[in-house]
Formats: sequence, C-alpha cells, structure tokens
Amino acid sequence: MLKQIEGSRAVAEAVALCRPEVICAYPISPQTHIVEALGEMCRTGALPGCEFINVESEFAAMSVAIGASAAGARSYTATASQGLLFMAEAVFNASGLGLPIVMTVANRAIGAPINIWNDHSDSMSMRDCGWIQLFAETNQEALDLHIQAFRLAEELSLPVMVCMDGFILTHAVERVDMPSLEQVRAFLPPYVPRQVLDPAEPVSIGAMVGPEAFMEVRYLAHAKQIQALGLIPEFAADFRKTFGRDSGGLVRAYRCDDAETIVVALGSVVGTIQDVVDEMREGGVKIGVLAIKSFRPFPLVEVREILQHARRVVVLEKTLAVGIGGVMSMNVRMALTQVALKGYTVIAGLGGRPITKASLHRLFADAHADRLEHLTFLDLDRKVVERVLDRERETRRSGPIAENILRDLGVVAARI
Amino acid sequence: MFQVRIHGRGGQGVVSAAELLAVAAFIEGRHAQAFPSFGSERTGAPVVAFCRIDDREIRLREPVAHPDALIIQDATLLHQVELFSGVPATAYVLINSTRTTDELGIGEFVDQLDRRRLCTVPATEIALRHVGRAVPNVPLLGGFAAISGLLRLDSVCAAISEKFPARIATANIAAATEAYDNVIKALAGETMHA
Repeated sequence: MLKQIEGSRAVAEAVALCRPEVICAYPISPQTHIVEALGEMCRTGALPGCEFINVESEFAAMSVAIGASAAGARSYTATASQGLLFMAEAVFNASGLGLPIVMTVANRAIGAPINIWNDHSDSMSMRDCGWIQLFAETNQEALDLHIQAFRLAEELSLPVMVCMDGFILTHAVERVDMPSLEQVRAFLPPYVPRQVLDPAEPVSIGAMVGPEAFMEVRYLAHAKQIQALGLIPEFAADFRKTFGRDSGGLVRAYRCDDAETIVVALGSVVGTIQDVVDEMREGGVKIGVLAIKSFRPFPLVEVREILQHARRVVVLEKTLAVGIGGVMSMNVRMALTQVALKGYTVIAGLGGRPITKASLHRLFADAHADRLEHLTFLDLDRKVVERVLDRERETRRSGPIAENILRDLGVVAARI
Repeated sequence: MFQVRIHGRGGQGVVSAAELLAVAAFIEGRHAQAFPSFGSERTGAPVVAFCRIDDREIRLREPVAHPDALIIQDATLLHQVELFSGVPATAYVLINSTRTTDELGIGEFVDQLDRRRLCTVPATEIALRHVGRAVPNVPLLGGFAAISGLLRLDSVCAAISEKFPARIATANIAAATEAYDNVIKALAGETMHA
C-alpha cells in the first residue's frame, strides 16, 4: 500500500510487520520516532505478542536484546551515535554469541564536539564488531532492508544493523510502498533459533574460551559473514519475487558500464550523486556511481568487477578516519588489489554539512580531469582552519577549538 | 521539480506544513519529499522545512537553496534569518502578516519579485478565528494552493483530514479555505494583501 509517511514511521511499521517479540529501547535522536511508534503499537495492540521494554541506557538496551534473543525471541532495538558507542561492549557480545538481533542505526555524528546531525561515524566505529551492516539509500529501502534483515539474521544466527541516514531519511516524509502482513509472512519464516536458553533442555551460552579455541570461534564469525555474501543477493532476489521491487543486495551500479570515473558511496547521498551523474552524462562525461549496500560483509569481488574497467574511482564518505583519511577507501583499495586505477578519497557531509549538487559537480569535474588531491575535504572552510592554526602558533593558551571557531564564525542564530 | 521552503518559529507548525504539502501532492499522485532543517528545535527558535514535488521519483537530498516558492510564517524573522537567500525573481512568496508587503517595509527583498506572485495573508488571525490557536501553517497552505496553482485546495484539505482528528480537521479546513479565497480575491484585484 502506498503511503506518504516519515521514514521513522515507515521503519516502525515494517519492523512491526516482522512481528518482533521483544523490543527494548532507549531514546536518542534521530532514532526516537521509530521506537516511539513501536511502543505505541505495542500499547494499542497493533503489534500483538510483543513486549516493549523501556531500559535505563543503551548498554541495557543491547543487554536485554541479548537476553531476549538467547531465550528464543525475535528481538529488535534502535540507536544512534553516542548510544551505539555506549552499548559497544554488548554489541560485540551479541555478534560473538551469534544472536540474530536486528538494530536500526539512525546514522549520526559522534562527539566531541557534540553534534546531533548526520554522518556515518557511528556505524563505522562498529564496522569490525561482527554485525552485518546494510545501508539504505531511501526510506523505501530502509523499510525493505528491515524485513530482509530479520531473515538474514535468523538464517545465519548473526545480528544485523540496518543503517539509515539520521534526519535525512528518518525525518523525511516521502512515498513508500508498505507491504502487507501476509507478504511479509510469505518472505520471513518463523524464527527457529540455533541455540536457545530453555529450562527443559538446559545449555549455557557465553562460555570462556581460551587460546585453544578462540581463533576458531572468531574464524567462524568471519565464515558466516562470507556466507552472507551469498545470502544477501539471494534474499534480495527472493524479496523482488515477493514484493516486486529491487531493494538491498550487495552493491548497485548506476551508469557504470562504460564509466571512466566511478564514484563509490553509501546511503542516501547516492540519490544526489545519481542526479549529478545524469547531468554530467548529458554533458558527455562518462561517469557512474556504485552504491555499497552491504558494508559488512564487504563485497570485494563485486566492487572489483565493477571498478576494474574504470580509469579512476572517487570514494565519497561521511566518515573521517582521523590520521589516515577514509574508512571505505581502504576497503575499496583492498578490492582493487593489483588493479591499476587512480583513487581519490573525499570526506564529505561530516556532522550534517549538506552535500550539494553544486559542490559535487565541481568535485567530480576535478576528479574526472585528475585535478583532485588524493584526500579531499568537500567544502572545507580553509580560512577558518588557518585562523585556528594561526591562533595556536601565536598563543599557548589558545583555548578550546570548537568554541573559538563558533566565535570566529559569529554563529548566533540558525541560518539557512 | 518544484521546491518549497517554509520559514517559521518552533511551535508554528513549520515541519507539519511541509509534511502536509507532501501529503497533498501524494494525494494528487505526485512524488513529494518533505524534510525539516534538522536543528535542535525549541519553541520560538527559527525553523526551516522543505518540500519537493515532482512527477518522478525524487533522489536529491540537499536542502532547498533556490526555492520556487517561499512561505514565511513569521515576518519578524526577516531581522534574524536570511529568508530571501537564493530566492529567484520568479518565486512565489507568501508572507503571514496583517500588513501589505509595502507596509512591512521589505522593499529591498521583494523589489525584484513578480508582484503577481507575492502576497501577504493574515494567517495567524485566520487560524485563531477557526482553530483557536495561533498556528499559521495550515491557512498558509491554502494560500499557497491559491497563489501557486500547484495543488488543488481539495488535496490540501484531504491532507488535513488525514493528519488531524475530525473536529480539528474541520476547523483547519475552514481556515485553509478562507485563506485560499482571500488570496484568489487579492490576486484578482491585484492587491498585495489577502
């Protein structure tokens, strides 16, 4: 059924259609609307058979999800930013124990300085935690990915993080096609746990494992992610059969076939890039964009296959790996081992800075002409940076950087 | 693609206005994308929301820098925010005020604009009369339908009915309709004030 609704609402309704049995939640922007809506559905009876647990922190949210999942319940939670960091230890435990929890991460920057806006620092900080990480491009895809995530998680006995851009998607009201409960039931079989805490058949989960077996347990976590490389496209194809649309998968290439320049990106910015690609194509520039849909597992083979025919790759990412540059670039580089290709890393949109078509046009034109630095910070205000560096050279007690910059900029009221 | 930018203050229903516009466009079978300017909203603080309307899927995610229509829910923002930034001469501009644009003394901002696409509406007063609360957002949407001709008043009313419970919806529909009629009259008489 077509609906014009907020992204958070769409995700909440999709999660409800998956009939989770336990939802634990702690509020943090910009995911709050999702769990608020789910809480209301539990209260009104719109989501039957589900216990909604208000917890005291994100650490508790993940811990309760772990307990619920280990007891055989389909479990869901959502978080963002500092919330994800606060639950970090439990996040690693959930994957280490092989518990198929599904969690939405409404991507948001990490402080300090405190910032509630979108970038990918939160999910990226957990990229090696053992969870599958899927990134949504639109609200339609965000809701579709949650339905696929439960199936994937439960098939593999591995938790899945569905990453969607905070505010840009969570707070955007756009058209979505909401499936019916029957459709979701046809796609998502009932949860049959591989391991369950059952008093009738007692087991213990979470043993201490010494050097004699730790490597093997960890290797199996990796092997499961490699299995996911096969299952993700399989489930996406099955999803297409049931719901009649493309959603998810490992990667999606747009106008890459004859492209000399290919931009690689994650999440909602792909849409803006596609618009720019179309406009540049009209001007005869051979450019395309490759959207990474599954960041963990990282589809090395598919990325290599698409990129190897291009002359250059521009990896545009909303995360800064401080001290080296890009996170995704390193993964893309690995896919391109022994492929001779010019590579550019672009850090963009940190802390919610808009990524505009105008800036992308300039950026891609520079890249296409090989005028780009290897590491570029899109729309970075050099003057502001220089002023801070000058101040630090002149004065020992130069003060806090963030506050000084705000004073330099004269930020007093919200501007456009 | 048609792009709308709505300025107001926290509590005036700026974000809801963008959402209602998107729903009205959806009702007409069009694609629409509404989103707020993602600030830490507080009552009274400047708030911006955007709405894009198109006949095909909207992929663009940047904020609206060059709107085809500008809706100003609080004219006092003129001194605080660059309301007219990036607004082209062809834009539709609707301002919530009991005064005319000339009386508002905003000549420097609106001199370039097409006078047939510029109008003030006493939206707060209309809202107070019908809804009993100083929320100018819904009457301005009625005014927007009139000045732009982009959406039918019916669709705006249908969106209102979807969003609000029946009694509140009825009051809001009356407010939107009055603002719509006022703007139509003002445009016919080529006055600057509805």
